[in-house]
Amino acid sequence: MTSQLIRDKKIIENDWITTELAIVDEIVKKQAGKVVAFKLSGEDYPGTEQVSKTTYRRKGKILLPLKVFLLHQNELKERLANKEIGIWLYTHEEIHNFIETLGDLNQFPIIAICVGKFADGRIFSIGNQLRNKYSYKNELRAFGDVLRDQIFFLKRSGFNSFLIRKDRDAKDAIKSLDDFSDPYQGASDISEPVWKRIKR
Amino acid sequence: MYKYDHIDRKIVNERVNQYQNQLDRYLNKELSDEEFRPLRLQNGLYIQRHAPMLRVAIPYGLLSSNQLYKLADIADKYDRGYGHFSTRQNIQFNWPKLEETPDILRTLAEVEMHAIQTSGNCIRNITTDQFAGVTHDEIIDPRHVAEIIRQWSTFHPEFALLPRKFKIAITGSKKDRALVQCHDIGLEFFINKNKKMAIKVWVGGGLGRTPIIGSIIKNELEWKHILTYCEAILRIYNLYGRRDNMYKARIKILVKSLGIEEFKKLVEDEWQYIKDGPNTLNIEELNRIGKFFSEPNYKKNIKSNLNDHKNEKAFGQWLSKCTNTHKNKGYRAVTFSLKETGRAPGDASSSQMRAVADLSNVYSFGEIRVSHEQNLILADVQEDKLYELWVKAKEHHLVTPNIGLLTDIICCPGGDFCSLANAKSIPIAQSIQDLFDDMDYLHDIGDLNLNISGCMNACGHHHVGHIGILGIDKSGSEWYQVTLGGNQGNFASIGKIIGPSFSAEEMPFIIKKIIEVYLKHRNEEEIFIDCFSRIGLEPFKNHIYSKAKEVE
Ligand code: SF4
Repeated sequence: MTSQLIRDKKIIENDWITTELAIVDEIVKKQAGKVVAFKLSGEDYPGTEQVSKTTYRRKGKILLPLKVFLLHQNELKERLANKEIGIWLYTHEEIHNFIETLGDLNQFPIIAICVGKFADGRIFSIGNQLRNKYSYKNELRAFGDVLRDQIFFLKRSGFNSFLIRKDRDAKDAIKSLDDFSDPYQGASDISEPVWKRIKR
Repeated sequence: MYKYDHIDRKIVNERVNQYQNQLDRYLNKELSDEEFRPLRLQNGLYIQRHAPMLRVAIPYGLLSSNQLYKLADIADKYDRGYGHFSTRQNIQFNWPKLEETPDILRTLAEVEMHAIQTSGNCIRNITTDQFAGVTHDEIIDPRHVAEIIRQWSTFHPEFALLPRKFKIAITGSKKDRALVQCHDIGLEFFINKNKKMAIKVWVGGGLGRTPIIGSIIKNELEWKHILTYCEAILRIYNLYGRRDNMYKARIKILVKSLGIEEFKKLVEDEWQYIKDGPNTLNIEELNRIGKFFSEPNYKKNIKSNLNDHKNEKAFGQWLSKCTNTHKNKGYRAVTFSLKETGRAPGDASSSQMRAVADLSNVYSFGEIRVSHEQNLILADVQEDKLYELWVKAKEHHLVTPNIGLLTDIICCPGGDFCSLANAKSIPIAQSIQDLFDDMDYLHDIGDLNLNISGCMNACGHHHVGHIGILGIDKSGSEWYQVTLGGNQGNFASIGKIIGPSFSAEEMPFIIKKIIEVYLKHRNEEEIFIDCFSRIGLEPFKNHIYSKAKEVE
């Protein structure tokens, strides 16, 4: 099988193993939690039990759920220094709540955002904030319900790595990175608006 | 008006290719219905009762005659010879074939038009005053910034999949004709104490299921920050707006639940990171866009010949209701009513479109505007040509003198076309127009806005109609709820529900009763909405619902 990963406009092998959250009884709550997990409800997902029960590989490059990383931050120090640890977040998790504990985001070689549904556009603003507000420079990956028709916008929102959903062809998806050649507005990839870039 | 350069042309052409590819993948079953849905919606394509509906963007309601000719051609070739002008100053075609939609888009691209972001959960067509540039109470021409925001919002990567649709309106005159207080973002231009152009920013207004008048988020914003400030508002909305319940997903719900102060704090914090950043507007760009809207060559010293025709009553009525004063002496803005009795409000046939385009070429510098009241406007007509214009336009049924009157009904497509509808709206409009067909009586009743929506989504703006009618569904049958006292403009308000709903047959007579109460109570020269504000809901309620009164 060919790889599903597009990075910097190339299809390459995925050398990161994603750690999934443990499955616990809270799963029922997850269904409810996931949809109402917006700021106002204060719903917290993943919950403490789920985070503490999650196990991860002791060796190699792994992508850990944000909260799992925070729980084991001390014991992961060395591996982090070896560039073996990345973190991933859901679109409802707010990185700014953890930014002090996390420290410099650029110590992570990769941050990945899991988008549950195609229509969930929060991922674009998260990308923008990571790149501009938090000056994150390394690999920024989108995974989950990632299809051809989002990735032009994802690219413009600061993502450079896209794990295309399993049932779709990454070779087809990659074409859409060139859907538009001269976008109007400044964004995370091209910061200047067109009227500053090109004589009109 | 704005003319495309190579950048605009490339974007629109690339969009046609992208859409063609998306449609091909859908027809090849590579995309599911659910996956294709947000893609087609971003392109104004609905699947509805009979056939798809394609909504074409008319940025801030401005059209050239060439564009209108093309729309007429599309109506003939791909539709049934007519189009529907919507309350968002756009045009909708109700009968195109799915497979032909890319061809329609290609045809549109030839005249610098498209269907980008006319639907879906993204930033929609920017709307403004239909009299922009010609009204005497104008402070700043809102079309300059409207065009700048149009470009900025087109395929904005961060705001392509918002929790819900997002509408921005701009006004630049003292009298607000753009409903800025009823939009997700409303921008109101003014001149500040230091004689500089500034903007008052409204947020979280909206109609729909939960009608809310917007709140002021910024009293005075410098014009150059307009894009970054909108960006900050949209980012906060994109991150925190509800996505679990589509009826609670508009920004107004977020603003309301956080409170405007808390919401403002989030926005201001976010703004600090981007303020003065690359998207900050500069004077060169403002001037570059401004040039496209420079004044046409107005003639001086026009001799009015209106007195020659003062005995012609029909012309007089039209003159008083369908023409507006113009900032240049000797000129007027003319509104062609698309509300003739017997036609669906806002519909125009292809021959009417061609006629309007012809007339605009002869009488109004080849430009046409669409109003959110769903009428067509020639903004720059010489007074000495008005009679001539009236005679010619009459042949095409464009001179019904009912602008601003009871039968100038704002009406959504409703149950005849729209699959979201609870009830039909066009037949209600028609039955009311039938009952009030006497022009003298209509003129005696005076200014009155009647708005009809076929469901809670309120495309017909029923909440802000002096009289509002809303289609509701009661165990499978169609009923209508009536509100009174809604208003648009600087004193916007939401209408109050009068009581239990009515059947379609009852509706025209209910309107008649409402009018009877008004005529009985009004003081001299007092228009309906002022009379209502003075006497309140009770007299209307009593007259409509009390049987005893009826016998009297
Ligand atoms: S108000 Fe309802 S019925 Fe009317 S067009 Fe909008 S969605 Fe359709």
